[in-house]
Order: sequence, then structure tokens, then C-alpha cells
Amino acid sequence: MTNNDVPQGGFAEAGADLELVGITKRFPGFTAIEELDLTIPAGSFFALLGPSGCGKTTTLRLIAGLEEPTAGRILIGGKDVTATKAYQRPVNTVFQSYALFPHMTILENVAFGLKRRGIKNADPLAHEALRLVELDHVAGRKPTQLSGGQQQRVALARAVVNRPALLLLDEPLGALDLKLRRQMQVELKDIQSEVGLTFLHVTHDQEEAMTMADTVAVMNKGRIEQMGAPQELYELPHTAFVAKFLGQSNLFSGDVVSSSSTSMVVDAAGTKIEVPLARAQRHSGHVTVGVRPEKVSLHDSEPKAASGRNVIGPGRVTDVSFSGVSTQYEVTVPQHGAITVFVQNTSISSLHRDGDSVWLSWSVDHAFGLADEAEGEPVSRFHADLDTSMIAVQSRKDLEAELEEA
Amino acid sequence: MAFTAFSSSTAAAEPVVRRKSRVALFLLLPGIFYLILFFVTPLISLIITSLQAPDPLIFGQFVNAFNWQNYAIVIETYGEQAVRSAGYAALATFFALLIGFPLAYFIGITLRPYPLLQSLALVLVIAPFFISFLLRTLAWKQIFSTEGPVSGILSSIGILGPGESITGTTFSVVFGLTYNFIPFMTLPIYATLVSLDLRLLEAGNDLYGSPATTFRTVTLPLSAAGVMSGTLLTFIPAAGDYINASREFLGSADTTMIGNVIETNFLVLQNFPAAAALSLLLMGFILVLVAVYVKRSGTEELL
Repeated sequence: MTNNDVPQGGFAEAGADLELVGITKRFPGFTAIEELDLTIPAGSFFALLGPSGCGKTTTLRLIAGLEEPTAGRILIGGKDVTATKAYQRPVNTVFQSYALFPHMTILENVAFGLKRRGIKNADPLAHEALRLVELDHVAGRKPTQLSGGQQQRVALARAVVNRPALLLLDEPLGALDLKLRRQMQVELKDIQSEVGLTFLHVTHDQEEAMTMADTVAVMNKGRIEQMGAPQELYELPHTAFVAKFLGQSNLFSGDVVSSSSTSMVVDAAGTKIEVPLARAQRHSGHVTVGVRPEKVSLHDSEPKAASGRNVIGPGRVTDVSFSGVSTQYEVTVPQHGAITVFVQNTSISSLHRDGDSVWLSWSVDHAFGLADEAEGEPVSRFHADLDTSMIAVQSRKDLEAELEEA
Repeated sequence: MAFTAFSSSTAAAEPVVRRKSRVALFLLLPGIFYLILFFVTPLISLIITSLQAPDPLIFGQFVNAFNWQNYAIVIETYGEQAVRSAGYAALATFFALLIGFPLAYFIGITLRPYPLLQSLALVLVIAPFFISFLLRTLAWKQIFSTEGPVSGILSSIGILGPGESITGTTFSVVFGLTYNFIPFMTLPIYATLVSLDLRLLEAGNDLYGSPATTFRTVTLPLSAAGVMSGTLLTFIPAAGDYINASREFLGSADTTMIGNVIETNFLVLQNFPAAAALSLLLMGFILVLVAVYVKRSGTEELL
């Protein structure tokens, strides 16, 4: 039995672009996504990055058709699919839970989508997809006989075999160990460049997002905070959330006390910090500025005041953690609190020890100014995002807890 | 889930159970003793009885013999009732499945986000068990009786002709059987559906399976074990049932089932060999049927 509504025969020639227009999703009692606009160009590898409960999985489910938006439109390849059901959309999902059919063999699982669309040589195509993920030798087994990593690869094959215009990946590498994860990341990139699909990847792993995606959108509390190439996002975060969630940042708040044509000076608890105007989102009033830990240098004595460098000190080294390639120092400066510094281990002996008195400096060009204020720890509320269907309930509980705190 | 426990080629990974263990044997003793006393003994007694011949001296008494013609005679005499039993049981199973599956689906899946309603619905399914099976069947007899409301309405709109009644018909007996066995059908199916991973249905939808296709290719196979148990739990007792089809309840002389025949032979005619032979035939028939059913469904690993 085939359904006429199901896209029949043939594969998508290439990836399609995805457009979300004013998407809002409300669950009873809370709003998961607010007025979301997003355009993902065809053939790109797009990552939606954010902490659990930020609305990224809901966004994915809306695109897949597993949830209906409260308001807004979803367009795939220019066609409005908002009103269509999941099975009518040229979209496939690699579920976080794999969701392999336990009563079918691996081959039957992979061929499922092809058969529903009435494609004739489903089995050879399924074998081909399994060879792509190097699992053709287990085609006759049942999913429960496979390891977690293997199941995940089968889930990937089951989605990719359909050559969807848009492939949605919901934390697909979550259950893999580091080596397999790397392997799969490479495979995913290969598949993407080979097939030219549009990939939308949802993850809370910033490293995964940055290494794999062409474009990363950082999502928080149902909104996209910032979007751009990974390097752009890292070097010039626009908000405190992005600065803290994507890598680490040292943030300072203060009033703008003077500004020239190219830069402004912020008085942060008595320390003057200069930031280029081009790298600052706001140029007056009370602002938050920051610098990445690896951009900061340590000095034994107060460095000579030089134009183009911000200097803070003296501070005391309160923590040293050696991680092979680099050493992470935690320096406590009385009026600023703890400042993190990464130093490349280019010399043999460790230069600074716990308790040493040090000065810090960084190039003005590396400083950035944020659009909002730093507040608390934005990445502190982490919880397991294991069950995609329960995410609504989970986020709701979190929001309730948050409301109670407030 | 049953699937994980019975996947066939992972046997090597399972821990090897020591074949001979005195403790295990000791623990099994009460069970074995129980089976011998309450199952094997009556069964042997039944087999002996079924082969008895009439005592040539005292009328109404029987002596041990090897009178296998008893079987031939009962098959010839009560063939009609046997076929009717199988037919009624099959119909009741069919209708119970027709009602029980959607009911189980509703409770196990639709009501899943509302645990309170789910428990309430389950209680409602089980609640009839709190009242005696006989009383409930009698109540239906009252409802269907000639003076009852249902007959009144049906007569007034001309469906039921003058002098016709609902009780004592195939309809009322199959209705009674269906009604009485719905919980037996519903509960095992509910048990499989309540643990069905809904994300699999989402995956089915995502992979171009319309709701109907997803139901056929995912939901149904994954609830097969429950459907199996439900149909067996309904068909077996329904085939041997003698309450619904009896004249005192919903049946008449035209609806006599094999259970009624056995009852009459044992208690009224006191033709013990015939009753025993019929009982054994019924048992054999059901055993063969179940074996074939399980084999054909290919779901023995799910049980």
C-alpha cells in the first residue's frame, strides 16, 4: 500500500534550503520558541547549538513535522510545508534515541523509508547505505544485537538512504566514544559533500558544532542569540551567553569613560579596558567587555604601559591545571574576581605556580564588547536531554523552577 | 521488552546455566507435586473414564474397558455442537479483538500523558470482574428479555418480529461470550502497547509512513505478542464455555455448545464416558489449534 501524499519515486536532486518565518511554539504553560526566523541555505551544514531546554530540539521536531507550530511558517525549498504531516515532508531525522524498529532486521530498517515511497530497488540501495557506514555485514541482525555506536550508524544510514532534501540530526553522536565520534564526524562531512544534502544538526556540544558546521546558530531560551561561521562566533561573540557557552570568556563590566574614533575605554572597577569600536556592540553607558583566555598573557612584573594593550594586575595564581598542550591558570585579581588564562606549553618548565603574583595583559584588538550584561552562569542549568518527546515537560519543569527562584 | 530477551543469536553471550542443580530440583518439587496431583491424576482418570463401557449387569454403571468407540459415537452425535463451539468462540474472539484492541490502544497510548485517566480506564476494564460472571450474564438476559428495554425498542421499530426474541439466538450467545472475554483480550494487548516506544511511531512517520502504514508496519507487529495472548485467552475458554450458551442464560436448544453437552452428559444423563471423551477431544482440538496458531504466527519468541 502506498499513499499518494507520500513523495513517490526519485530522490532529491540536491539539498533544499530551509526557511523558518516567525515560528512560535507554545506548550501548555510555557513558550518553547518565540518568533524564530531562520534561513538555512541549500547544501550547508548548519548547527543549532544550545543548552538543553533552549528549544533546539523543538525546532527540529517542528521542521520534521512531529510538532505543529503555534504560529509561523516553515518552507523547504521554497515550498510551504507548515500544514503538511511528517510523512509528507522531504525531510529525514536521525533521532537521538536512534528509534530503530526492534522487530525488523537492520536491512529492513534501512529500507523502510524507500519502501514507503515505492522505490523499486530498495534492498540494494539499503545495502549501499549500510556499506557507507561500514555495517553491511550486520544487515541481517536485529537492532538489539548491535552496540550503541552501531545502532547510531544504522539510524544515520536509515535517514541518509532516502536522500532527503534536508537531513535533521538530533545529537546523533551523543552516545559515541571519542574515537567513533571523530570517525562519524568525518563520515558525516563526507556524506554531506558527496551527496550535497542540507544538514541541520542540533547539539549542545560546542566543539562538535564548531568542527562540523559551516554555520552555527547559538540558541538560548527559544531565541537565536547569534549566528555565523564558527570562527566568527568564537572571536566576536555578541552576547554574554555566546561568550560563555561557546568556549570560555573573561568578562568585565563598567561604564564607557572615553572614546576615540576607533576605540572606547571602559572603567571596570578602576581598571581601564580599551575595546575597538568595531568589535563592540554598544558604545556608551554601562557595558560588558571581554577577552578569550588564550588571548591573555601572564607577566611576572607589571608590564610597561603600552598603547594597544590592556593590563590588569596584580593578581594571584589560585589554580594551575596542566593539560598537555596548554596550561590553564586561574588568576584572582581582587577587584575582578577569577580570570582564566590559557598558556601554550611552548617552554619546558612551568612558568607560574600556585600563589605566584602575576600581571595580565592582552592586545586591545582581541577584546570584544557585548550587547548585553553578564549575569550569573548561563551554562549552569544542564540536564540530560535524553528523551526528545519529554523535552517539553522537562523544560517546563525548569521554567517553573526558575520562576520560583525569581 | 520481550525482544531483547529472546533475540536468537545472542545466546553465546548469555550466562550458561548449570544443567544439574539439586537446589533447583528441590525448589521445583512443590510445583511438580501440584501438577501430578491436580493435573496428571485427573487427566489419567478422565482418559480411563472415557474408555469405559456400560456395566452389563447394573444399568447406569460403567466398568473399565477399552471402548474407544465412545469417541466415534460422541463425534457423530455431537459434531454439530462442536463445530458451533469453534464457530462461536472464533466469532467472539474476533469481536473481542475488534473492541479490545482500540480500547487497549486508547488506554495504553492515547491516555499515556494522563496517568490518572489511564488508571481509571484500566479499573473500568477490570471492574466487571468484581461482580460474578453468572450475575453479569444474567443481567444481560434481563436486558435482552422479551419484556426488556432492548426488545421493546427493536420490536417498536420493526427489527424484531412478533414472537421473536433476542435471547436464545446466536447473536445473544456470541454477544455474551464477547462481552465476558473483552477484558481478557484487552489487558494483554494493553500490556504490550503501554510499553510501546512512541518515538518508533515518530520514526515511522518521519520515514514516509502514513499513520495507517505506520500502524500496520510498526504498531501492529510490536503488539503482536499481546494480540496472540489475548486471542488465546479468549478463544480457549470461550470454546469450552457453557454458561452463555445455556438455556438458563443467553442460549437456547439451538445454540448448544460443546461445554453444554459435556455438562449435560456429566450431570444430567450421567453418561460419564461420553462426557470424558468429549472433554478430551475438546482439549486435544484446542491444543492442536494453539500449536498451529503459534507456529503460523511465527511469534513464539514473543510469548
